[in-house]
Amino acid sequence: MMLSPDLPGASSGVALSIENLHKSFGTEPVLKGLDLAVGRSEMVFVLGPSGSGKSTMLRCCNRLEEPDSGEIFIEGDRLTGPGVDLNKIRQRIGMVFQSFNLYPHLNALGNVTLALRQVQKMPRAQAEAAGLDALDRVGLSARARHYPAQLSGGQQQRVAIARALALKPSVMLFDEPTSALDPELVGDVLDVMRDMKAQGMTMLVVSHEMKFARDAADRVIFMDHGRIVETGPPEQIFGNPQEDRTRAFLSRFHG
Amino acid sequence: MDRFLDTFFNMAVLGRYAPAILDGALITVVLSLLIVSTGIALGAGLACLRAYRIGPVSFAIVIFADVWRALPPLVLILLAFFGLPNVGVVLSSFMVLYLVLMLVLAAFAEEIVWAGITATPKGQWEAARSTGLSFTRALVFVVLPQAVRMVIPPLTNRAIAITKMTALGMVIGVPDILGQATTAQSFSANASPLTLAAIAYVILFLPLVIASRWLEARFTPPGA
Repeated sequence: MMLSPDLPGASSGVALSIENLHKSFGTEPVLKGLDLAVGRSEMVFVLGPSGSGKSTMLRCCNRLEEPDSGEIFIEGDRLTGPGVDLNKIRQRIGMVFQSFNLYPHLNALGNVTLALRQVQKMPRAQAEAAGLDALDRVGLSARARHYPAQLSGGQQQRVAIARALALKPSVMLFDEPTSALDPELVGDVLDVMRDMKAQGMTMLVVSHEMKFARDAADRVIFMDHGRIVETGPPEQIFGNPQEDRTRAFLSRFHG
Repeated sequence: MDRFLDTFFNMAVLGRYAPAILDGALITVVLSLLIVSTGIALGAGLACLRAYRIGPVSFAIVIFADVWRALPPLVLILLAFFGLPNVGVVLSSFMVLYLVLMLVLAAFAEEIVWAGITATPKGQWEAARSTGLSFTRALVFVVLPQAVRMVIPPLTNRAIAITKMTALGMVIGVPDILGQATTAQSFSANASPLTLAAIAYVILFLPLVIASRWLEARFTPPGA
């Protein structure tokens, strides 16, 4: 059963659109009028130095961070402004955090099924079947009864991805999903993301995994000082960046 | 030596008053169970209410917690028992003891559980809210279970301390263990009933202390 509403004719293949997004922390402007449209099944990578506003932008996309102004739409449905049923629309936006944020008192299946049971009101058996299915997609159905503390960092992050996937979201947001992982565990998480892309998931990814961005992303965005400086296919951004700031930033990674 | 034994372990006195002390023990147990269950529930409820950060509500909770933690329970017991009838509220001594100790425990439990709620990482709230859980559901299903596990040791300590305070009921005539024992002691002019009371307390509370250790071990998160 597909729970994500597949709106026919809802805007021309745009899954997520951000319009003139502004956000300040105190007097410090972090996002200065950001526009971005992510197409259906597109994987967009966001690069930028720390403090450039990439995480804030991502967190505005499900209103964990409240934008000061600007609008955000998920498949044509407005997310911003008053009167939005946030708890309902958030189920269409999966979020993966740098620090996993698994619930330590619940096992993997419990983590994945909590929102299915408590928000979508699925009966236990149905929620567990959907939860196991989601865990299977990240290759961890055999670890369903393990608690987070009994899992490696890479496994924890995959459970966190399954927790978001179980809700059948239209868009997945990744906030530095591999930054807290030991290098040898990064690959498993990236493999899962690659599978998700192959299955047509729309993804907006903030990450420093340049190599992965280069061969998996459809589009790369370079952000600095709260603005999008440059956007283009990975070959262009990595091979022939047009802006000096992009070049300067990337040169530090090519070393 | 004989005098010592006769004072503290007079068999005739012990035998005569043992049934009364046993009755008292029942009252102590019932009172303790009521106080601990409702006191902790009320305290946790107040801590949850405080999590909504509604200015006046939080302020009232903080005032309640601070005042009830600051005042000696004996003062509150005497005030309630001898003061309330003058404003038309007449409560039995059992009821006064129950209400005062329950509210004192609730005040401490509120602060303890609140500490657990604030110590729960912000990411837990964010993860829960990002999957569409409302604030209340995130609190009930994600944050509170972790908060309570975190504070089980101070909570059990406080619960044990408060159940021992049921002995304060003696001053307003609650026929609990100590109440029965002091009555028996004045009738018999012998301290043996008090010895019996001490033994009764040990029998009752030692298992509680052991149970609290088990509870603390049981809820230590795996891998911690």
